[in-house]
Amino acid sequence: MEFVVISLLNGITYGLLLFMLSSGLTLIFSMMGVLNFAHAGFYMLGAYFAYQISSWVGFWPGLLVAPLLVGVVGAMIERYGLRLAHKFGHVAELLFTFGLAFLVEEVVRLIWGNSSVDYPIPAELDGTLFTLFSTDFPIYKGFMMLISVGMLVALYGLLTRTRIGLIIQAALTKPDMVEALGHNVPRIFMLVFGGGTALAGLAGVIGGNAFITEPSMAAAVGSIVFVVVVVGGLGSLGGAFVASLLIGCIQTFSVALSISVTDVFALVGIALPQGSQISRLTITQLAPVLPYILMVGILIFRPRGLMGARES
Amino acid sequence: MSSHIAEIFFRRSRLALWGGGLAIAIVLPLLFKSGFVTSLLCQMGIMVIFALSYNMLLGQTGLLSFGHAVYYGLGAFVSMHAMNLIGKSGGSVTIALLPIVGAVAGLIGGVVLGYVTTKKAGTTFAMISLGIGELVAASALMFPGFFGGEGGISGNRVIPKSSFLGMTWGPQMEVYWLIVAWAFIAAIAMFALTQTPLGRMANAVRDNPERAEFVGYDTQRVRYLMLILSGLFAGIAGSLNAINYEIVTAEALDSHTSGAVLLMTFVGGIGFFYGPIIGAILVTIMQIVIGGLTKAWLMYFGLFFLFMVLMAPGGIASVIAIQRNLWLAGLFGRMVPHYLAAAGPILLTVAGLVGLIEMTYALLAGEGVGAGDAATEVLGAELHLNSPGPWLAALAITLVGVVLLRWVGRRTGSAWNAALAELHGDKA
Repeated sequence: MEFVVISLLNGITYGLLLFMLSSGLTLIFSMMGVLNFAHAGFYMLGAYFAYQISSWVGFWPGLLVAPLLVGVVGAMIERYGLRLAHKFGHVAELLFTFGLAFLVEEVVRLIWGNSSVDYPIPAELDGTLFTLFSTDFPIYKGFMMLISVGMLVALYGLLTRTRIGLIIQAALTKPDMVEALGHNVPRIFMLVFGGGTALAGLAGVIGGNAFITEPSMAAAVGSIVFVVVVVGGLGSLGGAFVASLLIGCIQTFSVALSISVTDVFALVGIALPQGSQISRLTITQLAPVLPYILMVGILIFRPRGLMGARES
Repeated sequence: MSSHIAEIFFRRSRLALWGGGLAIAIVLPLLFKSGFVTSLLCQMGIMVIFALSYNMLLGQTGLLSFGHAVYYGLGAFVSMHAMNLIGKSGGSVTIALLPIVGAVAGLIGGVVLGYVTTKKAGTTFAMISLGIGELVAASALMFPGFFGGEGGISGNRVIPKSSFLGMTWGPQMEVYWLIVAWAFIAAIAMFALTQTPLGRMANAVRDNPERAEFVGYDTQRVRYLMLILSGLFAGIAGSLNAINYEIVTAEALDSHTSGAVLLMTFVGGIGFFYGPIIGAILVTIMQIVIGGLTKAWLMYFGLFFLFMVLMAPGGIASVIAIQRNLWLAGLFGRMVPHYLAAAGPILLTVAGLVGLIEMTYALLAGEGVGAGDAATEVLGAELHLNSPGPWLAALAITLVGVVLLRWVGRRTGSAWNAALAELHGDKA
């Protein structure tokens, strides 16, 4: 019971963080029809910007400034890079973001070095929020949840309750019509790209000190975010939300489970041959591949994802 | 049918190109008798096969794969195990045939994994290939018995009694001849494939899947077959990699290797058969030569790649093809002075940028004498990096280059457009 509740809380925290990344990715995908390979790179930039700012003026200004900076960088890249690649088609755009991911990692290695940096949790948030069945739940995880849910509500409100949100929604599906009505669609695209990368930056700011801030953090989370977007259904925000929580929970549960594959098969009444390499594997060892197995399964049995509308 | 194939193969210019390529591949190591050049050429040969096999997907079938290293790695691992088995059995089979084992491994990998990945085209294919790639790479560390864990598995290619045509495969040169032989066999086979109905249908599936389906072809089946064959050739490349280095690690099938083959194929040009060959040769040279000169090589390569995506998305091969068309139309001579005029500002800009990047690396990465010291060695020159002098100089060179480039570029651009208009006008 204790294990289930604590793992569930951890899974939801991680899942909400994943959603902050995948929501931006999904918005950008609906807009351009292209997955932004460099998205996790912006997550990493957020963490490093926040580290740098917090070492100068503290954590709280960094929480606000770092995502904005990342958003500005993202908007500039859209304006002066991606928009040029757009005329060569989707493959060129995808490859542009692929090269960008490459370059972002190299720049981070150049400026902040190859090893991890010491980006601490602020003292005000360092401590125990509550104790459940003798396990402490840290304040910072509660704070992460608060920020993620706050962001989620703000994003929902922005997209459905404001004028600019309605124009964005319209521009995602019918850009030509929106342009004909006199709106500057390229600028809306730039705003959405900047906004999406700013969300990734915010995830980096609060994820960087909860986990670890190092140059390989983008690659580590990048492929998981793709899994989330594909499992949830390309272009579906609701699907991305469900898939984020699902994969967050799968990862935290599987890391903590020490039963072996043999035990799992025994539960459903299948006895694996003793002594083979597969039967000796534990669920913890399998943890890194579980999201990919889920993704392959989804793509075979439900190619449009959990809640995806389009099947491309 | 056979006369048709003969006609394609014996068209004189094409034969001259293949023959010329073979001649260069044979003459180069004899001219430069150094171990460095030989190992560079070996790596090139392997990458040429790998990039060509990748272009069967991206260029010919329109499938952007982020997990092609899986088949390369499988070929390498299975070949390495086969090599060790041959060694144990006392050399019953020659090492020269090992790439066949790699090919079968790549083929089986393609049959199993391709069934899942090729169900969809486009973005979905790209994502599944990425997921499958990560899945296999992560599983590799889970099964140390086969993949050797972090250290990989190693072997010995010199097996007594398994010599073939007097070759023991001990010296690097003998391995090079093996790689050249297999590279030519594989390249000719892949070229021949582009001329078959399957190769043509792959192009149709790439360009217009609806119509291909309407004509009565199963697009999924065409994609599946192309992926299987592409896996086969990637397996040959992986096998040669195992023979060449005598060690295979899980790195051979991870996302970095997949990314590298994508980059080199794209830079070379996906629209032409010979594009990936150019890309593989060029990127290998850059990797080993520039990578040996400077720590900033990945930065240069990333910038170069972005430049190619934005400026010449057809790759180097498309640039060559346009020049060839201009030459044939008698317009090339007119462009030469413009190219020469643009070369100066381009060199100036690149020189300034290289200076800035190298100084930044020297300052931040603590290269040479050491960051913060009075003088730091950058590109062989002692510079005082904490004074503004060298920075301003590099910045000035870059700016002058950019300004000149804009000025010259406008005239080159209009001349270029005029030449292209005339070229296409001639055709029409």
